[in-house]
Amino acid sequence: MWCKKALAAVLVLFSVLGCAAQKTDSKPTISVWHWMTDRDPAFQELAKKYEALTGVKVNFELYAPSDAYSQKIRAAAQGTNLPDVFGILGEKRDFASFIKAGHILDLTSYMEANDSAWKNSFFPKALAVNEFAPQNSYGINPGIYAVPIDIMTIQMVYNKKLFAQLGLNPNHPPKTLQEFLDTGAKIKAAGMQGLVSGWGEVWMIDCLANNFAFNIMGKDKVLATIKGEVPYTDPDWIRVLTIFKEMKESGVLAQGLVTMINKSAEQLFANDKAVYAFNGSWCVNVYKGMNPSLEYSAMLPPAASDKYPIAIWGGAGSSFMVNARSKNKEEAVKFLVWLTGQDQQAYLAAATNNLPANRNSLSKIPEVLAQFARGMDYATHPNVWGVSEFSLVIEAWDRGIQSIIIGEKTPEQVAEEVQKIKERELAKKRAQ
Amino acid sequence: MRIKDTLENYVFVLPAVAIFSIFYIIPFIWVFQLGLFEWDGISFTKVFVGLGNFKEIFTQDVNWWHSMWNAGYITLIALTLQNILAFMLAWACDREIKLKNFYRVIFFIPPVLSEVVVGMAWRFIINDIDGANIINRALIGMGFPGLAHNWLSDPQTALTVVAVVHCWKGFGWGFLIFLAGLQTIPRELYEAARVDGASSWQSFRKITLPLMIPVMVLVAILTVLGTMQVFVLIVSLVGGEFAGHTSVPVLRILASMRGSSRFGYACAQGITFGLVLIVISFIQYRFSKKGQ
Repeated sequence: MWCKKALAAVLVLFSVLGCAAQKTDSKPTISVWHWMTDRDPAFQELAKKYEALTGVKVNFELYAPSDAYSQKIRAAAQGTNLPDVFGILGEKRDFASFIKAGHILDLTSYMEANDSAWKNSFFPKALAVNEFAPQNSYGINPGIYAVPIDIMTIQMVYNKKLFAQLGLNPNHPPKTLQEFLDTGAKIKAAGMQGLVSGWGEVWMIDCLANNFAFNIMGKDKVLATIKGEVPYTDPDWIRVLTIFKEMKESGVLAQGLVTMINKSAEQLFANDKAVYAFNGSWCVNVYKGMNPSLEYSAMLPPAASDKYPIAIWGGAGSSFMVNARSKNKEEAVKFLVWLTGQDQQAYLAAATNNLPANRNSLSKIPEVLAQFARGMDYATHPNVWGVSEFSLVIEAWDRGIQSIIIGEKTPEQVAEEVQKIKERELAKKRAQ
Repeated sequence: MRIKDTLENYVFVLPAVAIFSIFYIIPFIWVFQLGLFEWDGISFTKVFVGLGNFKEIFTQDVNWWHSMWNAGYITLIALTLQNILAFMLAWACDREIKLKNFYRVIFFIPPVLSEVVVGMAWRFIINDIDGANIINRALIGMGFPGLAHNWLSDPQTALTVVAVVHCWKGFGWGFLIFLAGLQTIPRELYEAARVDGASSWQSFRKITLPLMIPVMVLVAILTVLGTMQVFVLIVSLVGGEFAGHTSVPVLRILASMRGSSRFGYACAQGITFGLVLIVISFIQYRFSKKGQ
């Protein structure tokens, strides 16, 4: 009998507890996935501050290296289990694919609220990378779809100490291609290494080649080529390819450059073993870690022509997107507004030596970083062009430049090969 | 009773069949199915292109077949240099020599190292500007200054260097399997041969070699499968495909997936590659059967 009573009491207790209102935490937890190993401690610190301020917990989850992160994001997108906030590593067409699949929230209305206060806090070029213009070739509704966390420019840096050893003025880096090539003979004679960069990983070759292309033929002609209106066999494009041949012949390129990974290039430059490096503004933090006493300065790539201004790649370094399917999307947007605020951006810049995306946070940054920031005036990026080149064409172009540098092919041969692939891809596109 | 026995047998093999189906057959079919679509790996919609991706691989993708050729070259070096070295060392360690256990441990160290570590270490050994330049220094020291050059950035030598480093890393596996095979050969056969007046060479040719053929086939198949799929070592040694000179199929598949966002095409490449490996393994197996 007592056993039945005890059982009944337990049942009543469970029923009462079961019917009671579920204790809910009204403050959600925002999950953020990222790949930025160097910024993770700063992100964690900011997350703590945000929780203390608002009660909203933010979980920054680091997935490195970037390749692994990239795969994880794609897998999560296919399974529709992306976190509240995430970044995409890839080209604009990948970004567009994520938007088309309904994974990314259109942030335009948030950006334009309060007289576009949030939008106006960013460098326009940083925001442009995350923007889709009206009638863009990707078929995306015009709008802003991501928030820049920092900005970057990819430029050249030169070692001031080695410059002095070569009898060059450390405060006057070469401005024209000829001046740059002339330093090659001195570098060679001194037995030093010239330009180092991650050209084994190829995309940086594409970057420098584009810099020269904009300088030689202007943006319109570059974009006309991408649209298929100008062939790669055009003399201007052959001139771009010839610059790489000239650089090789002048001795201004380091040995083994075509198989060099960027980490090796950074080590060489940081250890005073190379005169020039072609690298992004993130290098400031890397060099600081490798050799805090390194004496160097940033410079624009040398101009090959005075017809058009030199252009460098730049814009948003890393950006965060909000998951359109997230139940916490409003809170996620609020967090991103806070994260890109002046103080938080200044903290991130100081802690990680990256350029802040908020233009009001630039006041206290090291001189070399400020030089990279000034490069924003010359910045462009494939993601803001509105059209993108076929990946097979880019691949053939980059491989071709590697072949020119190792003396295997001539610029004319490479131009013809690239054009052949371009025509094949255009024909395929027309047939679709 | 007979039906019961048959059912019982099926029950015993069912777990193995299920695991094999779930983890091998179904993914293979699924990847083949994806190979019939043009798909960026992100969108929920895929465009059916039939055998279009396969047609492109067989008729247009010169880079793909060049990468296959490069992988074949590395494999050929691995099948010869690596396996002969492994066999010779295993044979030496199978005999009564001093410190044979020490050698066994030493020879098995390279295979257990990460490919990235091996690549970076050899890059340091070989490279002149960001490394110790040991090879070139040795060549100059031996009176061959003309041979000293940047081994990894020379299209004539880059792939061979990759192959040699791959052999260095991989020979320990072959060594271990050969050694295990050699130890299964009854010692009495050698003793009987010695009593009959056979020389060491005759014992090796008439006893060791014939009895080791199944092991050699196994090592050869494993070498082909392992070497054709090499790519991490290449990335860490030369940064990537180096104007196509160090391009291999796995790097091409990765380029299609990540560089071009053509998941469907990458799947078709994966299937083609898988079929090539199956055919090679089958041919090797048939040859070994004939040899026996």
